[in-house]
Amino acid sequence: MPTATAPATVPTVPPATGRLSPAGVLRSEWTKLRSVRSTVWSLLALAVITVGMGALICAATVSRWSSSGPLERLHFDPTGRSLRGIFLAQLAIGVLGILAVTSEYGTGMIRATLAAVPNRPLVLAAKAAVFGAVALVVSEVVTFAAFLVGQSLLTSPVPHATLGQPGVLRAVAGGGLYLAVLGLLALGLGSIIRHTAGAISTFVAILLILPLLLQAFPASVQTALSKFLPLTIAGSMISVQQTADTFSPWAGFGLLCAYTAAILAVAGVLFVRRDA
Amino acid sequence: MIQAEALTKRYGDTLAVDDLSFEVRPGRVTGFLGPNGSGKSTTMRMIMGLDHPTAGRTMVNGRRYGDLGYPLREVGALLEAKAVHPGRSAYNHLWCLAQTNGIPRTRVDAVLQLVGLEDVARKRAGTFSLGMGQRLGMAAALLGDPGVLLFDEPVNGLDPEGIRWVRNLLRGLAAEGRTVFVSSHLMSEMALTADHLVVIGRGRLIADMPMAEFVAQSSRQFVRVRAPASTDLAGLLQRAGATVVPEADGALAVSGMAAPAIGEAAAAAGLVLHELSPQSASLEEAFMELTADSVEYRGDVPAGAVPDPTR
Ligand SMILES: Nc1ncnc2c1ncn2[C@@H]1O[C@H](COP(=O)(O)OP(=O)(O)O)[C@@H](O)[C@H]1O
Ligand SMILES: [Mg+2]
Repeated sequence: MPTATAPATVPTVPPATGRLSPAGVLRSEWTKLRSVRSTVWSLLALAVITVGMGALICAATVSRWSSSGPLERLHFDPTGRSLRGIFLAQLAIGVLGILAVTSEYGTGMIRATLAAVPNRPLVLAAKAAVFGAVALVVSEVVTFAAFLVGQSLLTSPVPHATLGQPGVLRAVAGGGLYLAVLGLLALGLGSIIRHTAGAISTFVAILLILPLLLQAFPASVQTALSKFLPLTIAGSMISVQQTADTFSPWAGFGLLCAYTAAILAVAGVLFVRRDA
Repeated sequence: MIQAEALTKRYGDTLAVDDLSFEVRPGRVTGFLGPNGSGKSTTMRMIMGLDHPTAGRTMVNGRRYGDLGYPLREVGALLEAKAVHPGRSAYNHLWCLAQTNGIPRTRVDAVLQLVGLEDVARKRAGTFSLGMGQRLGMAAALLGDPGVLLFDEPVNGLDPEGIRWVRNLLRGLAAEGRTVFVSSHLMSEMALTADHLVVIGRGRLIADMPMAEFVAQSSRQFVRVRAPASTDLAGLLQRAGATVVPEADGALAVSGMAAPAIGEAAAAAGLVLHELSPQSASLEEAFMELTADSVEYRGDVPAGAVPDPTR
């Protein structure tokens, strides 16, 4: 342990000319994300859940095929079937998005971050950009993997899909887009709520409790409102065959982006106004 | 240079900082002294641009914190709360801060070495002891080689060796011409480290003066005298020019006259003494008294004031 100190003798910092740049803040957020294990674990969980569940569901489909009815066979959507793992994987990406912000509050790191970068909109934007980019790349890789693994398991007589068929590429890519944007929505919730447990509860409530609550309403209300739920949007985005009473995949995606933008905007305003 | 101008912070019903104005100058250690809950941490957070003042403002190097080009190269801070993700290595913690302000990797290595953490730089910060965590906080504060440094209770929980290390570091930084602002609720700690003092109580400024002046004003010397004929003795000493205040148990607190002179005067008058003992209130006591009820403080602690007879 050093007993005396002479800071003057150590390498100093180049003269401070210029200003904070977005590039530096982006690089910093990338370092933050990649330097904690929870990131790796969450992304691994995301991959295992998406691919694993898709594979299980496809295998189960094959074994049950002989006992399925004609209507079921008519509406069978091999693409959507292989991407069903997304309904569970969305929780993993949500937790990761939430933690990207709440872990800074939980540990007090946010104060070091804001002392280094007092421009708070820049901090939030850089966080969202880095997380969004990572989430998008990983989610796309994972959904394509889930699709390919799932289709390889859907063996004759069960029909399977190929990326060249109409609507299939859109559905597979759409699954990745859905996960990435939902992750950003979760990041915004994390920034608004600032506590990991509270943010995760809210996120889960929006995804899973809201649809249950809706079931307390008359059927006409349910059909009118259910298409606005993220879960319904996910269903239409990953499916080739569309059902009535939902938005089209791209309209649904637009709506999800609007939710996310609104939540991030609220997060940004609160971030600037509140004490760190 | 740090400036606070009419700084006020309210949290709901709590007035944490109340119309506080002071300046922290370079080249010396300025102690920021006040009892727990007096608003030191809040003031420091406002200086760092973390909490928004309810009124008033703070400036660093003549600018608002948010207007600094590369904040870490001008201001470094070790605040009260640990600001480290336990899952991140010390190196990566510093590196992600460095990247924002265009600070090179060589400087990250340098500050790690400076605080003696180079061997554990790749270990996760969550495994660090309290002292190592404090050293990492110091490294973060020094990262941008800043001219202005803030430390909030930096010796809290440290062992004597760690305390000495921090003290030397702060004094060294000030000797290099940097502005060093360090808070503590312990007068004894400040007495060994600070050259100048800003004292607050209940969010209000109580004193802003050189350490030596504060010591001179606060350490009150008096002589406790006990005598069977205390009334006669009191009159005698008062005629000789001393200030005499009776204490609760019948002793006399005499100031303005040294013990030998008191003894000689008593002998000359044929008065018996049972006690003749010079007293000095410790700095810690002086500080406690000063801040005990900040509201009643009137701003004048006359040198050599007589202690409160009811104590
Ligand atoms: N974030 C906060 N919310 C509410 N009250 C606070 C907050 N921070 C500090 N306080 C209150 O403000 C006062 C000053 O606190 P603080 O600045 O921590 O004092 P010190 O650092 O001198 O011990 C205390 O009464 C404390 O309870
Ligand atoms: Mg404090």
